[in-house]
Amino acid sequence: MRYEIVIIILGMAAVTFMTRFGSQLLFRQVGMPTWFDRWLKHVPTGILTALIVPSLLLPKGYLDLTIHNHYLLAGLLAAVVAYKFRNVALTMGVGLAVVVALRLIS
Amino acid sequence: MSIEQPNPAWQLSADHWQGAYDSIPVMMGVIPFGITYGVVGLAVGLTPSETLLMSLLVFAGAAQFVSATMIGMGTVDFSLIVFTTLLINLRHLLMGASLTPYVTRLPLARQALLAFGMVDETYAITMSRIQKHGYSEHYQLGTNSAFYLIWILSTLTGIVLGAYIPDPLNWGLDFAMPATFLAMLMPRLVNKTSITVCLVAAVIAALSALYLPGKWYIIIACLSASLAGGLLEGRDSRAV
Repeated sequence: MRYEIVIIILGMAAVTFMTRFGSQLLFRQVGMPTWFDRWLKHVPTGILTALIVPSLLLPKGYLDLTIHNHYLLAGLLAAVVAYKFRNVALTMGVGLAVVVALRLIS
Repeated sequence: MSIEQPNPAWQLSADHWQGAYDSIPVMMGVIPFGITYGVVGLAVGLTPSETLLMSLLVFAGAAQFVSATMIGMGTVDFSLIVFTTLLINLRHLLMGASLTPYVTRLPLARQALLAFGMVDETYAITMSRIQKHGYSEHYQLGTNSAFYLIWILSTLTGIVLGAYIPDPLNWGLDFAMPATFLAMLMPRLVNKTSITVCLVAAVIAALSALYLPGKWYIIIACLSASLAGGLLEGRDSRAV
């Protein structure tokens, strides 16, 4: 292992841990104001949406709203399955099956 | 229970296994990324041990890809790579903050260990469990350990077998991530406020993913959508 690469990796590890622990450490010291709590309640919904939507609408980095976008088609179907059955494994199974099937037939 | 028993700390419990078990669907989507990272690491000129060390210590997919690529392009610049890593992972500040109410009562070292294992996937799985059955540190440690283990193992697979595996990101398994997150998102959309939060996040995420570099779209979309949610709720609670 090269010294300068190991130092870079240690630096990356330090800042990554800081982002994961920093805000918790801060609130551990000063406590969390209630208005902040009301805001943070919506963070999971926001994060999940922000992770899902671009991977469905722009899987290749540009906006693709055509039927050639397999991820969008499979995502729409998976959303319906998720809404109806509330089952993670089923949603993923159906979604993956559609993506693979579309890839095979196109 | 009237008296809080001191936790028989970290003994393997049913919650640990449940956390690991619930991680399986999303983990399938992580495997091709871990393998690809292992392949990329060697391809850009990192040694096998450097490639593995990064997975062991950093444990952040996107940041590892980007920094490996930067090193491959000849950018062996400490501050540039570390700062880029910081930017890519800034979104974790928000996730960490939203977990705070559940973890502050834990001993500091245990809270720090749980924070080390908090990645997008384990965060989503932990929040989903909180919504259904309440918070469990054992459950969170279970999902964290499962993802850490699979990240290390798939990195190793990429390092060892990389040259023989056809591009793993072409398997279609990368769809496992959005699909499972959809299943976690849907039960959250229970009222007008949460649907508004989702719509705002969707529009802003798509637009900023188009026009902004890196992972900024996650931070910007989540910040504005959750702020909108907080404001809507503040207005509603004043009205009653």
